[in-house]
Amino acid sequence: MTGLADHAIRAILLIPLGAALLLAVLPGYRLTARLNVLATSLTFVAALVLLLGDRPTPGAYLLVDDLNIVFIVLGTLVGFTTSIFSASYIQHELDTGRLTPGYLRFYHAMYQALMFGMNLALLANNIGLMWVAIELATLTTVLMVGIYRTHEALEAAWKYFILGSVGIALALFGTILVYMAAHPVIGQGHDAMVWSILIRHAADFDPSLLNLAFIFLLLGYGTKVGLAPLHAWLPDAHAEGPTPISAVLSGLLLNVALYAVLRFKLLLAANPGALAPGPLMVTMGLVSLVFAAFMLYRRRDIKRLFAYSSIEHMGIIAFAFGMGGPLANFAGLLHMVLHSLTKSAIFFGVGHVAQVKGTQKMADIGGLTVSHPWLGWGLVIGVVAIAGLPPLGIFMSEFLIVTSTFARQPLLAIPLVLGLLVALGALFLRLNSVAFGPVRGNVAPAEASYVPMYLHLALVLTAGIYLPPPLVEWFRHVAAMLG
Amino acid sequence: MDRLAFDIAHLLAGGLVLVSFMMLYQDRLYALLNIFALHALVLAASVAWQAHMQDAPHLYVTAGIAFVFKGIVIPVALHRMIQRLGIHREVETVIGVGPTMLAGMGLVALSIAVMLQVTEGADPLAREDLAFALAVVLLGLLMMVTRRNAVSQVVGFMSLENGLVLAATGASGMPLVVEISVAFSILIAFIVIGIFLFRIRERFDTVDVHALEKHRGERQ
Repeated sequence: MTGLADHAIRAILLIPLGAALLLAVLPGYRLTARLNVLATSLTFVAALVLLLGDRPTPGAYLLVDDLNIVFIVLGTLVGFTTSIFSASYIQHELDTGRLTPGYLRFYHAMYQALMFGMNLALLANNIGLMWVAIELATLTTVLMVGIYRTHEALEAAWKYFILGSVGIALALFGTILVYMAAHPVIGQGHDAMVWSILIRHAADFDPSLLNLAFIFLLLGYGTKVGLAPLHAWLPDAHAEGPTPISAVLSGLLLNVALYAVLRFKLLLAANPGALAPGPLMVTMGLVSLVFAAFMLYRRRDIKRLFAYSSIEHMGIIAFAFGMGGPLANFAGLLHMVLHSLTKSAIFFGVGHVAQVKGTQKMADIGGLTVSHPWLGWGLVIGVVAIAGLPPLGIFMSEFLIVTSTFARQPLLAIPLVLGLLVALGALFLRLNSVAFGPVRGNVAPAEASYVPMYLHLALVLTAGIYLPPPLVEWFRHVAAMLG
Repeated sequence: MDRLAFDIAHLLAGGLVLVSFMMLYQDRLYALLNIFALHALVLAASVAWQAHMQDAPHLYVTAGIAFVFKGIVIPVALHRMIQRLGIHREVETVIGVGPTMLAGMGLVALSIAVMLQVTEGADPLAREDLAFALAVVLLGLLMMVTRRNAVSQVVGFMSLENGLVLAATGASGMPLVVEISVAFSILIAFIVIGIFLFRIRERFDTVDVHALEKHRGERQ
């Protein structure tokens, strides 16, 4: 076990935890916002160290392997850029009086607690610990969604809380069932909950128990991924909370829940007698994709629009992982990374737009490229990317998913392509009225930080043109691991 | 292990399912809370019996938490909250008692049919415990969807968590991590809910979730 990697793991967990406690007591907006950025940047650096260093041997509680390191690096990066965006966003909220300093302190503490919960969930080797961490992350986001205390925010938080709790409860039942399945093979106690031990013995588990466990886990964590028909909390939570939280929800929390599903999918795949988890995920993914694509047309609220787009993309990713195989897994991973980057960039833009215009209703927003060129064009690029047009990266990952589907299951490709095209139409329909045409709404200049948004978009553009060979190699390796 | 020990374990787990049924048809909040306290007590007894049978002293802690926290503290706190909010007279169900009970019976039959078939290899005590636990979880879910009042939804959620505790203790030798986390999560969940309830009270003068839904984001 290398010392450096150990320190890195400790840093990834302890920095957010310490920062959460510190930010809960420190007053003053400027200081705390900067500390928030500092803490997330340090966590990101620690994640990079972990990426470049050797992999430590898995312990009883924590594990680093090629699969979760992708999620950790991505998560800490988006957490870092979102904290930069959050600093300028929050300033405006304070100026307009939507948040008071007391709530702000709470907000920053919760932001770091959320980072801690997500990092812990990603690093956890114990399936019980993973469950606890995801529950922690859920509770912190519930509190943040309700932070404005408007009617809508409270309703959204309540709905999120109820649906999230039900999901989390089902996931715990699934976790208990996994333990029950492992118990006769591995014996009592901790070992039967340690993932790296479970996977070694998975072939000997009772298949029917494992099947039942996976169904509970898929439904439970699938609620958090936002897969239809369990997605009802997602649009409300995205629309009514502070925009940095929308960015973190779409960019990170959905991925963390998906990661949990993937871990258990691996367990099932290692057992010859268990049902193939793929078709379940393919079905849920396709239903989410097509459903969300049609729902996009009825949106009036700009944050809701992109929340539904998140459901659509999580559907695509679940579909790709459900298809399995090296190519589809590769495409799914790539799509997940690029979707996180693009969607958080879009929310950065949307957050500033909503602040400048004082509304989230698309009918009251228009001609952004004329009135606010930086925001407007950023949003245009973001939507072009999320709709899956070349030369941006998502085109490539979607292209890979579609071609591999055509090669293996041509019939499944029909709803897939239909969903993609329907969503593309809806996004451009809305984009047209928001970004172009006559200027509507307030034209006051925006006090925005464009760096996070354009940084993300630049990464997505680069990925569309050129993927560095080490990255391809790394993803290919992870894709092979996912089976 | 003798026959009697099995029977007592079944009696207690089955009792929990029965109390879950009793919760389904309570239309007064005070009565609902009393039944929930009973639910927690039966759970505590069941967990304590498991601790005795499995010779696992740490399970007594779980039983104690269920007894003190869920059996006494939460019902009393919710009782006072209801008093303060002045909603103790409210009667609310979405569907009538008859259909709810029928649905409940269907769910119990379903969980027993599924669980007993799936867990044929597992040891008999654990599998029947698990079947009852799944029934309690599903009945808790049913209660959450058939109620409109925020307080009774919370009670439904907590009864659901009781089912999870039953499942976790039935799986012999499951590490304490999980039990503590379950208890802990209930604590956190309660705090969160408490905050929400107060805020809801502050804003709407009602804890009927239906009132919230009128404010849906896109219906303005």
